[in-house]
Amino acid sequence: MKIKNQVKFSFPAKSSNESFARSAVAAFLMQLDPTISQLSDIKTSVSEAVTNSIVHGYKQEGGLIYISVAIDENSLVTIKVRDKGCGIKDIEKAMEPLFTTGGEERAGLGFAVMQSFMDSVKVRSTEGKGTTVTLKKKLSYDL
Amino acid sequence: MLELNFENSVLTAHLSGELDHHTAAVIRKKIDAKAEILKPKTLKLDYKNVDFMDSSGIGLIMGRYRNMALMGGKVEVTNVPPHLKRMFSLSGIETLGVIK
Ligand SMILES: Nc1ncnc2c1ncn2[C@@H]1O[C@H](COP(=O)(O)OP(=O)(O)OP(=O)(O)O)[C@@H](O)[C@H]1O
Ligand SMILES: [Mg+2]
Repeated sequence: MKIKNQVKFSFPAKSSNESFARSAVAAFLMQLDPTISQLSDIKTSVSEAVTNSIVHGYKQEGGLIYISVAIDENSLVTIKVRDKGCGIKDIEKAMEPLFTTGGEERAGLGFAVMQSFMDSVKVRSTEGKGTTVTLKKKLSYDL
Repeated sequence: MLELNFENSVLTAHLSGELDHHTAAVIRKKIDAKAEILKPKTLKLDYKNVDFMDSSGIGLIMGRYRNMALMGGKVEVTNVPPHLKRMFSLSGIETLGVIK
């Protein structure tokens, strides 16, 4: 489908940038006049993906996170969150609800939240190279 | 972001604003430090004024639940607003019996 509008940005993988990342995505999507609940679903999902890159991908040691947001002719929103961190060995296992390598303060819910709040979630990852999470959600109403 | 009150062995944490990995880390440290000193019987986490949260808001509860159990106390979560209900039910945290 033809892309109508698009934005790309990158930022250091610091936890203080989590709020900026989800707010920037939300601000870009305002042109689609989303509902509060659609916007909240997207902000939450972006927050999950970005936090995963910071906590797991870069293991809190820093690096860059790359986000792209594209809107196509049918108001389908595609968001990619990419890191060049450690990658995921077993993606299927990582996406199981409650699975975590993150210790006591992590619930193992990130992927379950993304899957529930978005229309689709795809993960591409190579060990030692990094991870790309692709989130899609259609924001138009079919009349 | 966080207001702490202590009364009748109950430590109440009024959370507000946005709860993510970044802010949850700050909040967690403050709550744990207070709980360490005051040794409350109950730790109440009030979600009434939480505008936004991701799964870090659930991790915060699970971590405090473990901590309080170690100290012989319990955790209660109060006033979960409607816009956070989906996250809570998805997490299965209800099964801990902490949601009031
Ligand atoms: N970008 C990433 N790089 C490397 N590993 C990742 C990445 N994202 C996720 N993972 C792995 O997948 C697991 C599951 O991720 P998920 O977000 O579902 O749960 P979590 O981050 O562990 O906990 P929560 O999201 O509830 O705080 C992580 O524990 C980690 O092992
Ligand atoms: Mg996560």
